[in-house]
Amino acid sequence: MSLRIVVCVKYVPDATGDRHFAEDLTVDRDDVDGLLSELDEYAVEQALQIADEADDAEITVLTVGPEDAKDALRKALSMGADKAVHVEDDDLHGTDVLGTSLVLAKAVEKAGYDLVVCGMASTDGTMGVLPALLAERLGVPQVTLLSEVSVEDGTVTGRRDGDTATEQLQASLPAVVSVTDQSGEARYPSFKGIMAAKKKPVTSWDLSDLDIEAGEVGLEGAWTKVDGADERPARTAGTIVKDEGEGGKQLAEFLAGQKFI
Amino acid sequence: MAEVLVYVDHVDGAVRKPTLELLTLARRIGEPVAVAVGAGAQETAATLAEYGAVRVLTADAPEFADYLVVPKVDAVQAAFQAVSPAAVLFPSSAEGKEIAARLAVRIGSGIITDAVDLEPGDEGPVATQSVFAAAFTTKSRVSKGTPVITVKPNSAAPEAAAAAGTVEPLEVSFSEQAKGTKVTSRTPRESTGRPELTEAAIVVSGGRGVGGAENFPVVEALADSLGAAVGASRAAVDAGWYPHTNQVGQTGKSVSPQLYIAAGISGAIQHRAGMQTSKTIVAVNKDAEAPIFDLVDYGVVGDLFEVVPQLTEEVKTRKG
Repeated sequence: MSLRIVVCVKYVPDATGDRHFAEDLTVDRDDVDGLLSELDEYAVEQALQIADEADDAEITVLTVGPEDAKDALRKALSMGADKAVHVEDDDLHGTDVLGTSLVLAKAVEKAGYDLVVCGMASTDGTMGVLPALLAERLGVPQVTLLSEVSVEDGTVTGRRDGDTATEQLQASLPAVVSVTDQSGEARYPSFKGIMAAKKKPVTSWDLSDLDIEAGEVGLEGAWTKVDGADERPARTAGTIVKDEGEGGKQLAEFLAGQKFI
Repeated sequence: MAEVLVYVDHVDGAVRKPTLELLTLARRIGEPVAVAVGAGAQETAATLAEYGAVRVLTADAPEFADYLVVPKVDAVQAAFQAVSPAAVLFPSSAEGKEIAARLAVRIGSGIITDAVDLEPGDEGPVATQSVFAAAFTTKSRVSKGTPVITVKPNSAAPEAAAAAGTVEPLEVSFSEQAKGTKVTSRTPRESTGRPELTEAAIVVSGGRGVGGAENFPVVEALADSLGAAVGASRAAVDAGWYPHTNQVGQTGKSVSPQLYIAAGISGAIQHRAGMQTSKTIVAVNKDAEAPIFDLVDYGVVGDLFEVVPQLTEEVKTRKG
């Protein structure tokens, strides 16, 4: 039987751009160029490698987001994913992580899955909790923050490098995994891949397709509220000296003045 | 007074510093009740009492070590039901955040992660977060259910405030999911003898300019002279010069020490995201145009292999 892999990806504002908040204190996604979150490229890459090892596998790439989020799906398709699902609905604007995990859980179930692959965190929200939330909602094992992952005979195994120890993990499918940026460099889409992606199917679902009420998601339905966002004041310009042979000593003098030595 | 549940991060009974910071922040909101699970849970009580825990709920079972995350979620959920707290606080470690997230779903609550400060508010605790690579500071609160909040290390100075710290056994019945993910082996990280990166008062980091694994001792020597932790930029880690556990930046650790010294690090957004909130920033870099110099309190444009060893010697001399 075919191994059904769903990769959850996020379309994020470019971190090298001038990211800011909209008037309603949601992330401004209109005035900054967006792209497939870099950390999700690792998830697409590992899904492709797992699919290569399997006899028969199909990769669906899934995102929740505005119209432009299709760009993220196209990128994943051009890397080699087979098809895409885009959950888009005006009522989703301002949805927080609990709402997003609800939408993704419903969409993953509707798509059908044996394995869900996520990145370790988004590069905008950077919470890193979505894979755990998804596993909790789906009621399947959570095998997260893997630097190495493989799937064989309906079992997923992987290495998790934690703060105090390195762990080897094992779980039966279906399962939710997340992979780190240590899991292996993501491939660049080939010209052939980019051309092929244009013909791959992208299905659009809205909230009614997923049996989700508008009040369960969106800014009003959010479980958290942002009361204010202030730009951090620029750091005051420091002293910069050119090393003329005494740079280390000058630095020591500065550190001593600041009572660090 | 309302009780605040605090999840204890410990290694075989030795409480890690971020938990003491959590207890200090928890006291602003209510009376801290600590929940400690796994081997050595009971041994945490004395330290937790010293820092203000009125009660310490403990549970130990093989499941906590043998299976990933979920048994701990079951335990905190049991504690939540027993205590009915005003808020639940976790350290912002990878595991702490995952336990917090799953608990939030189960108790129908919102979650805030990576708070750098916490204050009581009319509508519940207000969390300060540092976002978009620390370009913005936001104030948020949980608007549904009991606030579940994870707090970054170094967000508060731990303050001792003796309390009873009464140890109470916690009854935990494991859920169906508890045994979903088996931990088939665990290799504890070897101690370097240096402070923990996220907890250190001083961090010395090396980047691309260090040029190779064989040159990292130059960075380590400076760190050791200052009693600092050693960090590395993503470029240095990706090149295989230093372990990923030491990576500072968006996909590694985010640090906020009193003093951050960047050696041979250009200061790309990836790196800035992980160190921009440091109190004092110092850099040594050959390239006068490197973006790191926009952040520094003091910068030296020069060869790190000249400047850093000279600094190390000077620190040693001054410290005698």
